[in-house]
Amino acid sequence: MTTLFDQLTARGRVALGLFALALLAVPFFADGYLISVITLVLWFAYVGQAWNVMMGFAGQLSLGHSLYVGLGAYASAALFVHFGVGPWAGVWLGMLAATLAGAIIGTLGFRFAIRGVHFALLTIAFAEFTRIAFDHIGWLGGSGGFFLPVGDAAGANPFDLRGSPALFYYVILALTFGALALCRRLLHSRIGYFWLAIREDQEAAQAVGIDVFRAKLIAVMISAAMTSLGGVFYAFFYNNLFPEQIFSVGRSIELILAPVIGGIGTLFGPIFGAFILTPLAELVTWGVESAGLDMPGIKQIFYGLALVAIVVYRPEGVWPWVARHLRLVHQPGDQPSHRAGDRP
Amino acid sequence: MPLDFYLNVAAGGLLTGLVYGLAALGLSVIFGVVRIVNFAHGELMVIGMYAAVLAAGSLGIDPLLAAPVVAALLFAVGYGLQRGLINRFIDRPDHMQFILLVGVAMVIVNGLLIAFGPDSQSAQVPYAFDAIEIGPLLLDTTKVYAGVGALAVAALLFLFFRLSLTGKAIRACSDNQLGARVVGLNVERLYALTFGLGAATAGIAGCLMTLLVDVRPQLAPEYTLLSFIIVIVGGLGSMGGALLGGVLIGISEAMAGFLILPSMKSMFSYGLLILVLLLRPQGLLGKRP
Amino acid sequence: MAKDAGTNGPTGLGPMGSGLTRRDFGKATLAVGAAAAVFGNAPAFAQDKVLKVGVLLPRSGFLAQPGQACQRGADIAQTLLPQLGFPIEILGADTESNPDVARSRTEKLIQDGAQVIVGAFDSGQTTAAAQVCEQRGVPLVVNIASAPQLTEQGYRTIFRNFPTSSALVGNGLALMKDLFAATGKTPKSAVFLHANDTFGQANKAALDKLFPTLSMPFAAPEAISYDPKAQDLAVEVAKARATGAELVIVTTRANDAIMIVREMVKQRFEPMAVVSPGSPGMYDEQFYKVLGKYSDYCITNLPWYDPKSALAQQVGKTFKEKFPSDRYEGYAFNIGFTFEAILVAADAFKRAGTGDPAVLLDALRQTNLSEKIMFGGPIQFDEKGQNNAIASACVQNFKLRPTVVLPKASAEADPVFPMPGWQKRA
Repeated sequence: MTTLFDQLTARGRVALGLFALALLAVPFFADGYLISVITLVLWFAYVGQAWNVMMGFAGQLSLGHSLYVGLGAYASAALFVHFGVGPWAGVWLGMLAATLAGAIIGTLGFRFAIRGVHFALLTIAFAEFTRIAFDHIGWLGGSGGFFLPVGDAAGANPFDLRGSPALFYYVILALTFGALALCRRLLHSRIGYFWLAIREDQEAAQAVGIDVFRAKLIAVMISAAMTSLGGVFYAFFYNNLFPEQIFSVGRSIELILAPVIGGIGTLFGPIFGAFILTPLAELVTWGVESAGLDMPGIKQIFYGLALVAIVVYRPEGVWPWVARHLRLVHQPGDQPSHRAGDRP
Repeated sequence: MPLDFYLNVAAGGLLTGLVYGLAALGLSVIFGVVRIVNFAHGELMVIGMYAAVLAAGSLGIDPLLAAPVVAALLFAVGYGLQRGLINRFIDRPDHMQFILLVGVAMVIVNGLLIAFGPDSQSAQVPYAFDAIEIGPLLLDTTKVYAGVGALAVAALLFLFFRLSLTGKAIRACSDNQLGARVVGLNVERLYALTFGLGAATAGIAGCLMTLLVDVRPQLAPEYTLLSFIIVIVGGLGSMGGALLGGVLIGISEAMAGFLILPSMKSMFSYGLLILVLLLRPQGLLGKRP
Repeated sequence: MAKDAGTNGPTGLGPMGSGLTRRDFGKATLAVGAAAAVFGNAPAFAQDKVLKVGVLLPRSGFLAQPGQACQRGADIAQTLLPQLGFPIEILGADTESNPDVARSRTEKLIQDGAQVIVGAFDSGQTTAAAQVCEQRGVPLVVNIASAPQLTEQGYRTIFRNFPTSSALVGNGLALMKDLFAATGKTPKSAVFLHANDTFGQANKAALDKLFPTLSMPFAAPEAISYDPKAQDLAVEVAKARATGAELVIVTTRANDAIMIVREMVKQRFEPMAVVSPGSPGMYDEQFYKVLGKYSDYCITNLPWYDPKSALAQQVGKTFKEKFPSDRYEGYAFNIGFTFEAILVAADAFKRAGTGDPAVLLDALRQTNLSEKIMFGGPIQFDEKGQNNAIASACVQNFKLRPTVVLPKASAEADPVFPMPGWQKRA
């Protein structure tokens, strides 16, 4: 039995503890703007973590994860609006729908041996297909949008997920840490080792008797289910859903940025990446505004350049580099086992 | 409904599909040789569209005549991009290439937004509203020019790869990179040339497209996605496949729109894409890897 | 300074006369004002000199075009409103056409001191902003967004000076009947072409609901929806032509309007008219530029600026000064509503005498503005925050200019219906 974060050095554990404490304390000292920004950061950290299960652990590139966000969001919102079923009951339907969708895409893709770019495009195609289909489902508002009744902003009703920003903040914080713990467990389970074997060399994994098809399918289904939970949160946080936005390719791209920038296949990468990217976007906006550059689009240019710079200079992601330099994780050779979680 | 309705719709789809196919051809060439998935392809095409609109607006040059100049411009852009940036990503995994090009695309789209503003712009040609009548067919003049232009450029490109020494070298490089190096080919230069050619093709497709569509920066991601669908349907890396894919998507979208519901027509493209991926993952004319 | 002080005192009694500077006066009244606030609002004591208006618009991303047009309305308001006695300071923010960004930008605006938010052109981004405004108790004045749900979802801080899509379509259809009556010609059949997006589908729903109640002279039109991102509408127009309809009703976005008319010309489809019950597109600058003579005689029944309104003329004049190379008409719709939304906020502030959100909310509920730009009765909000008094005008293109042809009282020209054929134009 391993403890939760045993690849962290003592220093790493202290840093993590402080980080967690700071996050817990945020609503007590931060203003609305900061809470809002960090909520968004945590959302991207959460769905990034979910995506990472499929890509980072099992090596299957999905560019259509907005599909699962949308399915989770629409399923729980529909239950809430049409039948008065609260989100924590609706979550199960959302997860079921997303898992099923993941299973279908995975089965088709893996059965027909579709790999790499082709598999990624298959995921895009399914997401886009679903987007247009939802545009035409009148029961869910179609392209006109699906609206949830607004809750009491001052209240805190965690059962119906209606309430203040602080409530939403703690919910997404809990989800983020929950996902971290789950991923950690997964990585060090039997299936986790299978995934790593497949990621590194599928043929070799097959040769040593791993049921590659089944392992990959499980990765897709877990990833889809986790992502759909992010969708449920989204639905109740924003109170409106448009197929155009929730299923968009743009969203799929957005939500893989954090793990890629943070470090694919690492446990802390998605969280770290999200904490770099959203503040980076805010920082760029602030910089552009204080420089008096009132040019719509200039912010995205800087953001794009920053992305390019990061992938050029930190190809393995920022987190492994930071962790190594600050000695937050054990260096290679320190500890022979449990290297999987944080590849240096 | 009389038959000529169907014929007209199909013919229109075919001609537009040829232009889509040409754009996809550029993408296919790049992938076939450099093995890079150019997620900024639509952006290059839209640069070509703006260049054509500028030429038409300020100098009064027809986009068809501006095409060679635009092609040269885009060639330089593509060549530079490959040499300066993308070259170091050739051996990196797909998702890294993807993020790199997403970043590049973001810079291009928003650069265009700042430079040209958000309003759509068009190249005014005197024959914009003309139609050519052939028997029962009533074809847009612009579409006929654009479609024929696309075919001609595709043919030129094909000849280049078949007959010219550089073209042959590029093909050798695509077939066997190591082998190409061994026989002394400058692979980096050939890659840059290929990327330039792909970008130039996208640029010409952009010029032709300005005859049919008003340009605005936000078109770019749409064209990127469309080019992808076409290339996968036709076969990534296959030149004929790209054209065939373009025509197929063009006609099937037109017919689906006509017979069912226009707003659902791109669902058919994605449906077709999914089917092809499952039944023939290498694409209709692609070779099994 | 003098101008500021003279206009700022809601009582009209300039404190300058007392020999105190504005600042001293403000300090002196602060305590009184605070005390007064406890006992109810005290409009006589201005605590804030200037209202900080956060203007939230999609200035980049896929809605950049209308978003930047709206921004011009905000720019004009910043120049014109202080001159008219409404001291405001505009804080701008770009939503990048993304609801996540809209949300955090709204938070930032409020953080930076915005006392009221104006925005956000699109229903999705507006609801994202509405969430924040609701939580913070800051009023949100919607400039443009027509999803009926916005004022039905239960927000208490939202005010919308823009028709819901059902009001828009209802007014649009009623004006069509007026048009037929005024010209004595009635089409026997119609077809409805619409973009399948939020706006288009809301219009479709409104049309389906209202049509049976309006006793229109033709049967319910067949609806043809198309992808709002479509680059080619040849098929859609061919399909519309195949129905043999005499009247083409459209709900377009911008470029699609151009594509539809261009295809109609090429396919030699000659209906009696192309009418929109209130969508953008056929009065956009680009529409005239690209289509030239073919843009003429297209009709849009939409909320429009009253050419006889003094304020509309002033805004038009300021537009000319600020953007000499562009035409007011091409931007008037987006500018008009954005300007009016800011005016609504500034007016409430003037009456409230304070930017305190609670007081401001109350003042907004009491809004009764008759000095305005767009057609319709005085701006008033019902208990849900909706202004139901916005009227539409029948605007027809003549010589590349949108021209009011109905209602008769404000008409600049007589309507032409049916329109002359495409090929018969000089």
